Amino acid sequence: MSSSGEGALPIPGAPSARRSSTRSAARPPAAAGARAARRRQLGVRAIALGYLALLLLGPVAMIFYRTFEHGISPVLNAATTPSATHAFWLSLEIVAIAVPLNTIFGIGMALLLERGRFWGKAALGVLIDLPFAISPVVVGLSLVLVYGKTGWLGDWLAEQGIQVIFSVPGMVLATAVVSLPFVVRETMPVLRELGVDAEQAAETLGASPWQTFLRITLPGIRWGVVYGVVLTTARALGEFGAVSIVSGRIEEQTQTLPLFVQDRFENFDSTGAYTAAVVLALLALGTLLAMNLLTRITRRRTEA
Amino acid sequence: MAIEVSHVSKRFGDFVALDDVSITVGDGALTALLGPSGSGKSTLLRIIAGLETPDQGEVVIGDEDVTNAPARTRGVGFVFQHYAPFKHMTVHDNVAFGLSVRKRPKDEIRDRVEELLGLVRLDGLAKRYPSQLSGGQLQRMALARALAVQPQVLLLDEPFGALDAQVRAELREWLRRLHEEIHVTTIFVTHDQEEAMEVAEQIVVMNRGRIEQAGAPRELYESPSNEFVMSFIGPVNRLGDAFVRPHDIQILAEADGTGTEALVERVVHLGFEVRVELKLHDGREIWAQVTREVAQELELREGQILSVRLPAPRVFAS
Repeated sequence: MSSSGEGALPIPGAPSARRSSTRSAARPPAAAGARAARRRQLGVRAIALGYLALLLLGPVAMIFYRTFEHGISPVLNAATTPSATHAFWLSLEIVAIAVPLNTIFGIGMALLLERGRFWGKAALGVLIDLPFAISPVVVGLSLVLVYGKTGWLGDWLAEQGIQVIFSVPGMVLATAVVSLPFVVRETMPVLRELGVDAEQAAETLGASPWQTFLRITLPGIRWGVVYGVVLTTARALGEFGAVSIVSGRIEEQTQTLPLFVQDRFENFDSTGAYTAAVVLALLALGTLLAMNLLTRITRRRTEA
Repeated sequence: MAIEVSHVSKRFGDFVALDDVSITVGDGALTALLGPSGSGKSTLLRIIAGLETPDQGEVVIGDEDVTNAPARTRGVGFVFQHYAPFKHMTVHDNVAFGLSVRKRPKDEIRDRVEELLGLVRLDGLAKRYPSQLSGGQLQRMALARALAVQPQVLLLDEPFGALDAQVRAELREWLRRLHEEIHVTTIFVTHDQEEAMEVAEQIVVMNRGRIEQAGAPRELYESPSNEFVMSFIGPVNRLGDAFVRPHDIQILAEADGTGTEALVERVVHLGFEVRVELKLHDGREIWAQVTREVAQELELREGQILSVRLPAPRVFAS
């Protein structure tokens, strides 16, 4: 029995074994062969980076450059106009409602698809992915068809005094639909890897189903959920097509940040457009950084 | 608490895991469920724990019918084959889990966990995480976790299956002593007959979802009730329909006319035990188990021709 700190169980996600095997594969006997392999590796890396630079890094850098080209004061002015601040807060409001909704739904759906045994499970799995396959514009149009004035539920909703289309509820709906699959799809594989042993152990120790979920299942799948939430947030912040159709794009009422960017751009207010674009990019970047930080802190604490 | 399983059957699709199985385990007994893989032993254990529900039959623990009771109300401690550690919790929190879901006071939990970690010899590792423990340590943590809630029954699924030979032997011995100390009714599942013989007071031999025989280790060895038990427990030679234990074969110094002539094909020295592979004059092959002294006395070597006396072979009605 080894009393050292070496875990006998493999730590999920620990890359050590794989890394060492690639390294030993690249080591000589034949030094020339190794050099060629290294050169090939550099080539692959250059192509990957070049591709990223052309598609992503360059354009985003250009936006930042153009925004701050004439100093900071025009940027501050553009960022503090009433319609800009309204769009900013509206975007946050929609994210703050749609993301928690999709998180709760996503965890529940992942449990159902991974653990449940029922007829039509495969079909449900396909249905969950549909929002990825359908264009957001189509999502927006279909929502109008159901919830709009002439839609299925339009009359009934109007009688209740609820306006969905051309107002915030519709925009939340559209955002929720297009970002639906992320939490489900990120949580399912983690749930599968977690297995049921620990949950059953908790059960034999007297834990109720709810206690087992909160104390065993949820901590076990937290990285999958967090990653799903980050992707959902990023997608929700940037959603344009579906929201554009259901919102009616009314300035200072139903204009989110992406809609605001387009509005400014079409009205030749490039400073306004660039500024809002930079704000959007920073929000997304902040979400990614927050996840990274959170992951590191908690991982250090539990798997040191 | 005594355990009474009566007429339990369980199917998984077309596979019959258990077919009308009944066993009785006395209060405080240490019992092994022994059988090859797929014999239904783990399923039976999981049904007793409440992790699986039987299609038919009933399970009684103490004098309570628990057939339809959920696992968490059965007062059963279960140790999983791969230990099922709560990976995101420290050793302390793992062991404390059963007490903390019962909302026991913090001081009581701390004292009890400390006591248990002492019992399983994990003192000082309370703040470690499962990923920092060895297999044997994880096993003992899982045991402490199961014992924390003072179960009426302790169930272990292949408790030593995933450990290396030395740790296994150590833990076997330790489990026996632990059982003597706390005397909780214990059932463990194993496919290793030696492990069952060494640890258990009672062995239930299972095969293809049925019970072949139940009894004390010695009873099973000396009077097996059928072919399966005879060949599963202890070494055996098969001569047609008959069975002979290798250590019951007597090797004679000289052919004195009372034995059968045999050719020594191979001699394997295993320390105290020497294994002699023989070919009888009628061509049948057989092996005998003798002590080192006997082998020296007879000067056993390959190619030697000698005489062996076979005991009355055991034949089972099929």
